[in-house]
Amino acid sequence: MEAGMVMPAPALVRFSGIQKTYDGEHLVVKNLDLDIKKGEFVTLLGPSGSGKTTTLMMLAGFEVPTRGEIYLADRPIKNMPPHKRDIGMVFQNYALFPHLTIEENVAFPLSVRNTNKAETQERVKAALRMIKMETMAQRRPGQLSGGQQQRVALARALVFNPQLVLMDEPLGALDKRLREQMQLEIKQLHETMGITVVYVTHDQSEALTMSDRIAVFNDGIVQQIDRPDALYERPVNSFVANFVGENNVLAGTVETVDKQYCRVALSAGGSVMARAVNVSGAGTATSLSVRPERVVIVPEDTSSDGPNRLPAKVQNTIYLGDHALAVLEVAGNAEFMVKLQPGAHDSLRSGDSVFITFRPEDCLALDPV
Amino acid sequence: MTAASLTSADAPIEVPLKRRLKQAERARQLKALALVGPLLLFLLFTFAGPIAGMLWHAIDDHEVRQVLPQTVAALAKWDGKDLPDENAYAALAGDIQSAREAGTIAVAAKRLNYAQNGFRTILTSTARNLKAMPEPGRARETLGKINPAWRERATWTTIKDAGGPITGFYLLAALDLTRNADGAIVSASPDQAIYRDVFGRTFLISLGVTLLCLILGFPVAYLLAALPAGRSNLLMIFVLLPFWTSLLVRTCAWIVLLQSNGIVNDSLHWLGIIDEPLRLIYNRFGVCVAMTHVLLPFMILPLYSSMKAISPAYMRAAASLGAPPLTAFLRIYLPQTLPGIGAGSLLVFILALGYYITPALVGGAADQMISYFIALYTTETANWGLASALGAVLLLATILLALVYGKLVQGQQVTGGMKN
Repeated sequence: MEAGMVMPAPALVRFSGIQKTYDGEHLVVKNLDLDIKKGEFVTLLGPSGSGKTTTLMMLAGFEVPTRGEIYLADRPIKNMPPHKRDIGMVFQNYALFPHLTIEENVAFPLSVRNTNKAETQERVKAALRMIKMETMAQRRPGQLSGGQQQRVALARALVFNPQLVLMDEPLGALDKRLREQMQLEIKQLHETMGITVVYVTHDQSEALTMSDRIAVFNDGIVQQIDRPDALYERPVNSFVANFVGENNVLAGTVETVDKQYCRVALSAGGSVMARAVNVSGAGTATSLSVRPERVVIVPEDTSSDGPNRLPAKVQNTIYLGDHALAVLEVAGNAEFMVKLQPGAHDSLRSGDSVFITFRPEDCLALDPV
Repeated sequence: MTAASLTSADAPIEVPLKRRLKQAERARQLKALALVGPLLLFLLFTFAGPIAGMLWHAIDDHEVRQVLPQTVAALAKWDGKDLPDENAYAALAGDIQSAREAGTIAVAAKRLNYAQNGFRTILTSTARNLKAMPEPGRARETLGKINPAWRERATWTTIKDAGGPITGFYLLAALDLTRNADGAIVSASPDQAIYRDVFGRTFLISLGVTLLCLILGFPVAYLLAALPAGRSNLLMIFVLLPFWTSLLVRTCAWIVLLQSNGIVNDSLHWLGIIDEPLRLIYNRFGVCVAMTHVLLPFMILPLYSSMKAISPAYMRAAASLGAPPLTAFLRIYLPQTLPGIGAGSLLVFILALGYYITPALVGGAADQMISYFIALYTTETANWGLASALGAVLLLATILLALVYGKLVQGQQVTGGMKN
């Protein structure tokens, strides 16, 4: 086969023209098309009510699409009951069976498949070793901490080698430190076992940490599907820019468009150069998006700082250990964040007048909010 | 050395800490006691008191002792092998004389008649015919002449056994047992032995009603727990509706429905399913139907509360792990409802054990439960001893069952109950 004719890896899961409504009036999921490749870690990210959980439930078989078809390994599964789908699932509240021991919980998917005793025992043992909980096999879920319970739920969803693993905000009930540790563990399991994972979360940092690709949901529509870095660096619209990572928004009007760049007149006065990502043309409203770490504070108005230079007033500074934030008032936005090196915040006093600069390529002109 | 000095420094602090903890606990306990105090007092007077009284009545035996004190005292020394000596006869004659004046003969006669049929006649005829105290040394002869029963050992054994102050007579009678003339415990004569049968019937009907309630209540409770709040509230009102009408009205409604020319029989006849009206009431069937209807909410509510606590995520998890619906139900759902099944069954069973009005109204003669007899002895024949003894046996059986249930539930918590 010639180069350039490389076939894309076949999709393990394919959502094709999926629509879902509960009440017959509002579409919770509007026309979803999404391919998930074998071995991929795909996160469905979005605020609550955006349709991400409904999408997951349709894949698991607990909800039926109103229109469209879902394919799993090229077989339509719209009308297949959940227990025949061979999909492991991890729930937000663990859903460990309280009347069974840890061992019995992990053995459950094997025993309903009539796996023989010796193999069951071996696989349960291996699964418990994988989550480092061999010693707790005889305990009951109620005797474990939240993190331990979620590990067991993970082992239970993986022990029968499902072709796909779904996770519905599995870390939502854990505290921050444990959550970060579990993120790494799940990521590691994904890499060592080569499993395909569809993960639902509303936590964008979790999505950025773990995913191969992220599908950002809003209002029943996938706004953007991309790799984490692409999502962060090149959001296609204001929603994605605001939802993924910290973001500063400045309202303005497009004055001129020149290929990839445009000049935007800010509503509060002044003008900047920005990358024209999602603008309709000269004279239309736009929202500028600038990441806090791409902005530099300069004490005085020096003309060597490039085309984008705006006056700012320091509101206050926030010390965060590994870095610090300056909250500024810039062009009518009273919560304009700028990331500083730790220590740099000492020289700023609230009420100080300063200037900020940023490169045109770090400033995106997007659809107006 | 540092460790030693540390422990010695810590030791004196530990004691006051414990004491302070105790003080803090005591204040809380007093507060708790004050909160439950009024109800505790109420229950003490209206529940614990009467129960203790009932248990006492079951073994109390003071009537004969009170009416025939000298006779009882004289018989205390009697070995029971032959007829008692002259002293006992004289004592009896004296007791009868004074009892006749006090008008208390009937009290003793009633008690002695329980133990030996016809004793009432013996005592009252003796009292009637004993005009004056017999001459000293001739009491045995005089009494024997008035009623030959005084020449029989059994007559005297009966008085001695009823001499109190406490007796196992009523409790034995409640279990169809009695003492023969030699004091050995034997089965009562077949015409008097009815209570074992009644107890058996009571437990059987209660068990049947409990099973019926479970079979009918489980799906309803499941529906209640599964429906969205609005509709489940509406359904709950229907479940609780029976509580808004009196027990008597509900039971009578069943009479209207089930009698020979009632709605059920008429409909079946009209549909051509039957030619003759079915006998649906004044038998075991009617009792079970009416009692199940009345007791159903007591099964549904505990079941509902245990099912409500089962997150739907468990069934979803089971399905996602590959369990078909029936397997998921049997292995995941059902075991988690066991506490509710246990609580509901125990509640219904114990309530059914004490049922009185419903079997009395819709049951036949062979369907009367133990409460009917307890009521009969308290209100009709005023045989408090036997009524209390029957009550005590019922109470004991109920407590035993509750203990067994408690053990089962406890065992379940340790072993996880039903697995697979």
